[in-house]
Amino acid sequence: MTTAKTRKEPLFHVVKHAERSTKQMIGFRLLAVALSIVAGGLFILAIGYNPIAVYGTILEGAFRSKMAIQATVKLTIPLCICALGVTLAFKMKFWNIGGEGQLIMGAVFASYFALYHSDWNHWVLVVVMLLAGMVGGGLWGLLPAVFKMKWGTNETLLTLMLNYIALHLVSYLQAGPWRDPGANGFSKIARFDKNAGLDKVLGVHFGWIIMLVLVAGVWIYLKRSKQGYEISVVGESQDTARYAGINVKKVVLRTMFLSGAIAGIAGVCQAAGSDMTLSMGVAGGIGFTAIIVAWLCQLNPGMILVVSFLFSILEKGSSVVQSTYGLSSDCADVLQGIILFFILGSEFFVRYAFVGRGRKGGAK
Amino acid sequence: MDMFINFLVAAIGAGTPLLFGTVGEILNEKVGHLNLGVEGMMAIGACAGFMGGYLSDNFLVALLCAFLAGMLAALIYAVLTVTFMANQNVAGLTMTIFGVGISNFIGVYMIGQSEGGTLKLPEQVTAQMRSVHIPVLSDLPVVGELLFSYNPFVYIGVIVAALAGFYLYRTKTGLNVQAIGENPGAADAASIRVTKWKYINILLGGGICGIGGAYCGMIINGGVWISNSVNGLGWIAVALVIFAAWKPHMAILGSFVFGALRVLKYYKVGFMTGLPDAFFDMLPFLITALVLIVTSMRGSKGVHIPAFLGNNYFREER
Repeated sequence: MTTAKTRKEPLFHVVKHAERSTKQMIGFRLLAVALSIVAGGLFILAIGYNPIAVYGTILEGAFRSKMAIQATVKLTIPLCICALGVTLAFKMKFWNIGGEGQLIMGAVFASYFALYHSDWNHWVLVVVMLLAGMVGGGLWGLLPAVFKMKWGTNETLLTLMLNYIALHLVSYLQAGPWRDPGANGFSKIARFDKNAGLDKVLGVHFGWIIMLVLVAGVWIYLKRSKQGYEISVVGESQDTARYAGINVKKVVLRTMFLSGAIAGIAGVCQAAGSDMTLSMGVAGGIGFTAIIVAWLCQLNPGMILVVSFLFSILEKGSSVVQSTYGLSSDCADVLQGIILFFILGSEFFVRYAFVGRGRKGGAK
Repeated sequence: MDMFINFLVAAIGAGTPLLFGTVGEILNEKVGHLNLGVEGMMAIGACAGFMGGYLSDNFLVALLCAFLAGMLAALIYAVLTVTFMANQNVAGLTMTIFGVGISNFIGVYMIGQSEGGTLKLPEQVTAQMRSVHIPVLSDLPVVGELLFSYNPFVYIGVIVAALAGFYLYRTKTGLNVQAIGENPGAADAASIRVTKWKYINILLGGGICGIGGAYCGMIINGGVWISNSVNGLGWIAVALVIFAAWKPHMAILGSFVFGALRVLKYYKVGFMTGLPDAFFDMLPFLITALVLIVTSMRGSKGVHIPAFLGNNYFREER
């Protein structure tokens, strides 16, 4: 205890800053993005390339032709939908890291109908596939919620494990029961029949319409519905919720089913819209990126749409950087990481402030 | 019998990168930080270790590079989550995306700079990381093969785990550090320097993850650089922490069990031959999920999940 007494007051300490104005908050984040672009530029410079040219290529690569724009939109669809899904869970402070697995299970359930009932009427088939995807993703989301409610099982870790269980389930299906015998010894699943594909509207599969509907739907659900309000209350304090007569268990289970179901739709869009097959790469990290997108947008559905699109520009543009400069398309991940680090850091300055030694601190 | 010994030897090899990752993550989680960036820190370690060895022709330099690079990555995570109190899940996931990205990116860049389009570790380095041969001991039948036939990583891993266990459970500092993960407010009140020890643990953990990554980058592909060498092992390490009940010495056993699960598909016997390979790939995660559920069902008895895990500590809000 003697050490505590002799210890000097630290050079600075952290205090909570009073609520900042919206203008200031936007300013902070824009500054963070600007700084991260500079930092990314320095990285590009360090390996001997012209950052302005590389950034230019990224933008140009995402928009240079009608096809490029369509490809960028196609990347946005699963990311945005999956981010909307995890948003519901996060609003409830339920750390659903399982978007990846729920997306995969959605794709698996839908793929069953695409592979074995491709002779059905097209619209019946597509609707059944979407519903199956919702059930698949929903059940995969419900599972950790059941254990959490019953025994308090840590949901972050359990949803994380379920991602990989789902992934290896696909690997089992493609090597075993669903293996395409016509694939010359490769273990993969056959391409879907055209009848099972999502139709194109304006050159992109109609997942983008589902995406827009979901953006509006999730916004209305969270802001304007009784169930959405219940989610917020449970997220703020389960005790308060209980005191107010909300059935916490019911809300958690229902919300996690919905959260998974939406991620499942993202899986259907990816499998039946973009890939036209089911493979182990169906999620390819989308579920993890979606978590970051949802958090970055502070669970605001409109922002999620915008940021998902921006991330997709980076992703699509980087593939062009790969072909133009021979640099790996992994530069998308590097730049994403740098941008996120800066934004994560900037959040601190939105909410807190440093106070120097000797000064009086406190919320202003 | 021979096949069984081969299996055990392979299991210990396959478990070693997991051991580093797990011990690194335990050090993180003991101070309350659920670092989901293990995969990323290992990827960074893989790249730094490989390139360090490639450029310096020295195995020890490679190890040092991997350790320092892992620490540097952990420093980013620590600044964000400890000082800036950023969301741990998001910071960790970002670290994974960033780490895997930059590791592959630098790899492709270096391949572009190399002659012949492949990166291979120089002979001096591969010679140093070949299995250690201890006179007499390594030549013993069975025992020699089981205990004294590994590359240096295996021994370093066991020593690191033992030291980490000693630090956390047998020193006063370690017990103080554990208090931070249980209740940082109380630890702070007891004049334990929360921020300082959080930094120390997270940085050390990152460095250890980095060495585990170096194993992936340098050993798994036989000294040739191939992208994505870590390939999900970091996530298995996060799972293993639960399986090992947050104890480093249990991590030694656990990582070899999980290593055995990873190679089991190459050594199927009896009823196992009918099971698909995918089932064996799934096993580590399935078992961890079950462990997680069963321990939560048993309540607090015998569960060692740090109580404050995943939450940031802000002094003015304790």
